[in-house]
Amino acid sequence: MKPIVDIEPKESDSVFAKALKEGLIAGALALGLFCLIVGFRTDQNIRNELILTQRWGLLTIFVLVAAVARFVITYTAPWREERKKTKRVVEAKEPSAFRKSFPKIGLALLFVYPFLVITILALSQWYFTGQWSYQSGVQGSLKYVDNFGIQILIYVMLAWGLNIVVGLAGLLDLGYVAFYAVGAYSYALLSTHFGFSFWLLLPMAGIFAATWGVILGFPVLRLRGDYLAIVTLAFGEIIRLILINWTAVTKGTFGISGIAKATLFGIPFVPGPNGFAALLGLPNSGVYYKIFLYYLILLLALLTAWVTIRLRRMPIGRAWEALREDEIACRSLGINTTTTKLTAFATGAMFGGFAGSFFAARQGFVSPESFVFLESAIILAMVVLGGMGSLVGIAIAAAVMIGGTELLRELEFLKRVFGNDFTPELYRMLLFGLAMIVVMVWKPRGFVGSREPSAFLHKRKVVSGEFTKEGHG
Amino acid sequence: MEYFIQQSINGLTLGSIYGLIAIGYTMVYGIIGMINFAHGDVFMLGAFMAMIVFLALATFIGGVPVVLALLLMMIVAMLLTGLWSWTIERLAYRPLRGSFRLAPLITAIGMSIALSNFVQVTQGPRNKPIPPLVNGGITIYGTSITIAYKQMVIIIVTAILLAAFWYLVNKTTLGRAQRSCEQDRKMAALLGVDVDRTISMTFVMGAMLAAVAGTLYLMFYGVISFTDGFVPGVKAFTAAVLGGIGSLPGAVVGGLLIGLIEALWSAYFSIDYKDVAAFSILAIVLIFLPSGILGRPEVEKV
Repeated sequence: MKPIVDIEPKESDSVFAKALKEGLIAGALALGLFCLIVGFRTDQNIRNELILTQRWGLLTIFVLVAAVARFVITYTAPWREERKKTKRVVEAKEPSAFRKSFPKIGLALLFVYPFLVITILALSQWYFTGQWSYQSGVQGSLKYVDNFGIQILIYVMLAWGLNIVVGLAGLLDLGYVAFYAVGAYSYALLSTHFGFSFWLLLPMAGIFAATWGVILGFPVLRLRGDYLAIVTLAFGEIIRLILINWTAVTKGTFGISGIAKATLFGIPFVPGPNGFAALLGLPNSGVYYKIFLYYLILLLALLTAWVTIRLRRMPIGRAWEALREDEIACRSLGINTTTTKLTAFATGAMFGGFAGSFFAARQGFVSPESFVFLESAIILAMVVLGGMGSLVGIAIAAAVMIGGTELLRELEFLKRVFGNDFTPELYRMLLFGLAMIVVMVWKPRGFVGSREPSAFLHKRKVVSGEFTKEGHG
Repeated sequence: MEYFIQQSINGLTLGSIYGLIAIGYTMVYGIIGMINFAHGDVFMLGAFMAMIVFLALATFIGGVPVVLALLLMMIVAMLLTGLWSWTIERLAYRPLRGSFRLAPLITAIGMSIALSNFVQVTQGPRNKPIPPLVNGGITIYGTSITIAYKQMVIIIVTAILLAAFWYLVNKTTLGRAQRSCEQDRKMAALLGVDVDRTISMTFVMGAMLAAVAGTLYLMFYGVISFTDGFVPGVKAFTAAVLGGIGSLPGAVVGGLLIGLIEALWSAYFSIDYKDVAAFSILAIVLIFLPSGILGRPEVEKV
């Protein structure tokens, strides 16, 4: 029988012609997209009126980049297909020794990280100037321990806390930052008004946040899926708006400053004879406090991980995971879904509260600015990009996302390329958003796309990422 | 009483804008079950387009009649914002179709961050004020209630658009395809509906309504900034959920309700807590009506 439609490739269908056509279309599309928003710039003049500036050069660059990129992608498509085919078939194999022991290596690295940084900095100082001075390494490490170490670990802890709610219990929470705010403000307020110490308030902040988790949890338990998501989002916004508007207590947008620092067994980190540095006979420096905070948040984060791992092996953890997979089956088997959901909310919220009080102690200042929806979204993105439920994957996602954006602050050298008007900081969040899209499209299952079933009958198997959809556990 | 009516009119104006944005949320949710977080920023982008068109008209032509200027702003903003939405869906959401539920949510959040920062980078971080387009108003005879002309423009434009939109969804082939995709995507595909194209068109239509909302917002407040996508976006999403997500009349009802709650709360109680009131009422309504006001109750299949 003759085929009805002639599907033989014609001469005109050559790859080059096709790529050229696609390139032209992409160029036209880019012209449409960017003609107003890039082609014109609006600026205020002295009388605060908007004036238009034309930027046709920049628009041309945008259009050309889009057209050329599309052309190259289409032109190389057959070649990439070929290469994919000839690639060896990946066989399922035992994970390599490095991958197996990765958590242990990573943990060891985390524990020596501040000293590693100090040593490397001192060594490089010695290499370049010939002077060996351990103290200079200590001073220089401030930025790396604070901006990278502590910052990343706070987010690791928050993401692990949210993982209990989203990754284990499968409840989509878009307002997690509210619990972080509750923890931070309960430490800030109780310590400035009543002078309680950090160590007393740390567990209290956790309890407060967990209480709020239960308060939020009760009414929303009947809701499913995305209704739950919007209520948690609304709750996050309500907490933030109250923090802004209840100025008598929270001082509104000015925030609370002068929050007491944490102490190490009663030894304060202050300059002077009673301070930590003086007692150990070290020269005065702010770095010791940062290193102390680093270990504190490391231990708090590890506590979160430990509790998560232990809970997964307990009936309540099993119930969470069962709830994520199938709520109806769960109920049929006699699991009380109300208490199960509530405990998940409360446990997740508690760790958010711990992280919040740590945040307040570290900054010495809290304001509603730190608890916007964007933070919740970033933490959720870490959980999802890390592979939902995989602690190592989430930690890697947090390190990449926060470390990456911190690194973007260091792009001063770009000023030499693009001129002095170029401010790399402006592009930080733009690149962050684009990276989120690219990573998600490239690896939809997250960095660690497989997970071990928590309960197994005969022998451990790794479930491929393809099967870890909700309801297909 | 006059005060109440006055505030209700203000609330309805605000609610019309929320309703127009909410339709975009609810349609996309109905058809692919995804919260399109970037929709608020698409609305902001639409307002920016309208602002640039307005400035271009004033700079290059000058002295264009207001009605014509508004119409041009709306049409250009609709077309270009629709194009943006089409591209966004193609690049960020379509590759993830069939993936698990949270994947497109994350790209949508990423897109929202990227869009607002892109506008900040290209247009600068400051507020963009434009001179008032529509001035004056009418006072209802014998009372002190005034309706500003710009409020009338908003309500009339919204009504016209909703009528056109209703016609599109209920009477055209595209609308039928959309409704069939909403019920069962696989079955629709088997019956010859081009599902991908229908979903694209849904995004484009939602973005067009958002662009009109953006133009009206710009005309009403006279100022726009790159951060202005988030709050109206969240309110509109709240409105969509309040009305019952997936239901088109529900989105409009929800939008009007949220607008009314906001206006009346600021009038009688405190302006600082108007958003708290809107969100709390959402939570309360959902406790008693778990699938929104006009939403269909979810059928559990065992």
